[in-house]
Amino acid sequence: MALLEITDLKVHFDTDDGVVKAVDGISYSVDRGQTLGIVGESGSGKSVSSLTVMGLSRARNARISGSIKFEGRELLTAADDDLRRIRGDDIAMIFQDPLSSLHPFYKVGAQIVEAVRTHRDVSKSQARDRAIEMLGLVGIPEPRKRADAYPHEFSGGMRQRAMIAMALANDPKLLIADEPTTALDVTVQAQILELIERLQSEFDTAVVVITHDLGVVAEVADEIAVMYAGRIVEHAPTDTMFAAPEHPYTWGLLSSIPRLDAPRDEELVPIAGRPPSLIQLPGGCSFHPRCPYVKPAHMETDPLLEPLGDDPRHRVACLLARDTRRKLWRELREGTVPSEARADVMHDEAPAQAEEASA
Amino acid sequence: MSHAATTAESGQTAPANGGGEPLMEIRDLVKHFPLTRGIILQRKVGAVQAVDGISFDVLRGETLGLVGESGCGKSTTARLLLRLMEPTSGSIRFEGQEIATATGQRLKTLRQDMQMIFQDPYSSLNPRKTVGTIIGEPFAIQGLHAAEGERRKTVRELMDLVGLNPEHYNRYPHEFSGGQRQRIGVARALALKPKIIVADEPVSALDVSIQAQILNLLRELQREFGLTLVFIAHDLSVVRHMCDRVAVMYLGRIVELATSEQLYAHPRMPYTGALMSAVPVADPRLAAQRKRQTLSGDVPSPTNPPPACRFHTRCWKAQEVCSVDDPPLEVKEGGNVAACHFPLTDDEVAERVPTFRAQQRRQA
Repeated sequence: MALLEITDLKVHFDTDDGVVKAVDGISYSVDRGQTLGIVGESGSGKSVSSLTVMGLSRARNARISGSIKFEGRELLTAADDDLRRIRGDDIAMIFQDPLSSLHPFYKVGAQIVEAVRTHRDVSKSQARDRAIEMLGLVGIPEPRKRADAYPHEFSGGMRQRAMIAMALANDPKLLIADEPTTALDVTVQAQILELIERLQSEFDTAVVVITHDLGVVAEVADEIAVMYAGRIVEHAPTDTMFAAPEHPYTWGLLSSIPRLDAPRDEELVPIAGRPPSLIQLPGGCSFHPRCPYVKPAHMETDPLLEPLGDDPRHRVACLLARDTRRKLWRELREGTVPSEARADVMHDEAPAQAEEASA
Repeated sequence: MSHAATTAESGQTAPANGGGEPLMEIRDLVKHFPLTRGIILQRKVGAVQAVDGISFDVLRGETLGLVGESGCGKSTTARLLLRLMEPTSGSIRFEGQEIATATGQRLKTLRQDMQMIFQDPYSSLNPRKTVGTIIGEPFAIQGLHAAEGERRKTVRELMDLVGLNPEHYNRYPHEFSGGQRQRIGVARALALKPKIIVADEPVSALDVSIQAQILNLLRELQREFGLTLVFIAHDLSVVRHMCDRVAVMYLGRIVELATSEQLYAHPRMPYTGALMSAVPVADPRLAAQRKRQTLSGDVPSPTNPPPACRFHTRCWKAQEVCSVDDPPLEVKEGGNVAACHFPLTDDEVAERVPTFRAQQRRQA
């Protein structure tokens, strides 16, 4: 049994402008000791999906459906009290901005003590020892002294480490890290990533890393899910995702970032346009207005996330034929501009649909 | 600072220039922000040494990158170059003329040649002005294209140039997305046909797919107009992509300066090595091969920087001499200019730096 199993999760918000489909039917699972990276641009629903796991998107205007099972227990229907017991204990979260997630009026040590005593029946001094131990573990120098400091006395990297110490104080089984290193310098980022990896191997924690940075997931994730407009459009083991991606959006992401192993004069191939409004999603494949290989049929049919025939661990939601996709990706890597490759796609339209139907 | 010493300085930076013609020459530039105590009688109790004696050239037509951790002084340097701030001491020459002390009308004329693109496309545009007014503002300030029709025409051309729809002339900034706003910022910077543009983190507020659009635009414009760019970013793969030469800053000093290729494949200063080792690589194979060199601790306070080599407190190669003798910025093996007593050897680089492997692989 997977530690966390999400099935067809939908999170819709009713607003004055219409229904915002922030998460629109996603499924994934995470095992103990495994790291899943969720990648997407702003507004792709990656943060909302994880906040929902924590029960933090229960706003009055939110409509949530589907299933989130943690160790076999359904979290979506769990009572607030039950959820509160799990949250911060079995499931912990690291937020992007450590300055606004730590209380400015309380000493860092006291905040960790509170996190411990909420879930463990221990004395204040025992909890304090635990807080100091955790601060030491995440590499804060002189933890006994620093526990009495206020958040503003810490640097950005130290605050993030204090957040991690707090998140891990109760030995969670699942750690959700939402953009854990975005606000940090590369050197501090490397420290934090190393820390998460080390703690994970020591405690066999499952980790979900949410980020827009493909470099970060390449380093830490075992599997990657790419989200676009509230859906997962591609899900694959990390090596496969970088070596043989199948979705044009994933290609777009990969060709938008300068590669450190490419010659410097390499041209970046940006994705045209911008992410769609989550209130009025385009019909058919929601990536079609930005997809360079769009065909008329793609504006009608909504692709499903389906496993590839030869690799069931690799799932992709794209209406293009498999052979066409492989050819396009190969050409893209060799420097063909998408607009040139497009001509090929239009030719083999008929077999494309036939194959998708049989798949 | 005597003239002879200045020449010696420029002699030091020259090799990394690759023989290009300097557009700007910066020598011993210092910016200290005083720390005061007291309300009426303000006593000076110290200074934040944001920029502490840096010298480099910006060559005509090149893109020079400035990298370093936050607080290293790269943004202060950018603002000093454009004279948006008064330097404490030192010299800034633009096309041979001293501009460090320029004021008033002279500064205003100078600004025609130097423009800036800011990080945050949300706060750097006046929300109450239309896009047309924002892009035309530099003309109004400089008194150019005074006729309304003429200015409108020029602004529309600029909008077209950076990929904005000229029909959106009368729209307000909030009607545009982040990427489009950054294009407005680029159009405004280009308006006066400057010789140099300083871009301070121009893409860090943008999504990955939009980021590439702006980077491509900057590269195109540079090719078309022969622009000189000073490019600041914390994303090291973006810097490598954009820049011909890169200067690495640490606590207000330049610690290494080299061509992009050379710096990323063969860093000499251990601090540069640590930066290059920390870059997240979007390639699981390269990422798995390297031994990550993490720096311990945080950057020391710029109010009270460590003596001699400022990096010695965090450097794994540091020896006694590093805390006593300040290493000069000098040419090391491979042509890098670096300030270090014990520069990295090729073997040390190979083990830690993924970009070194990438280059080897490419050459093979």
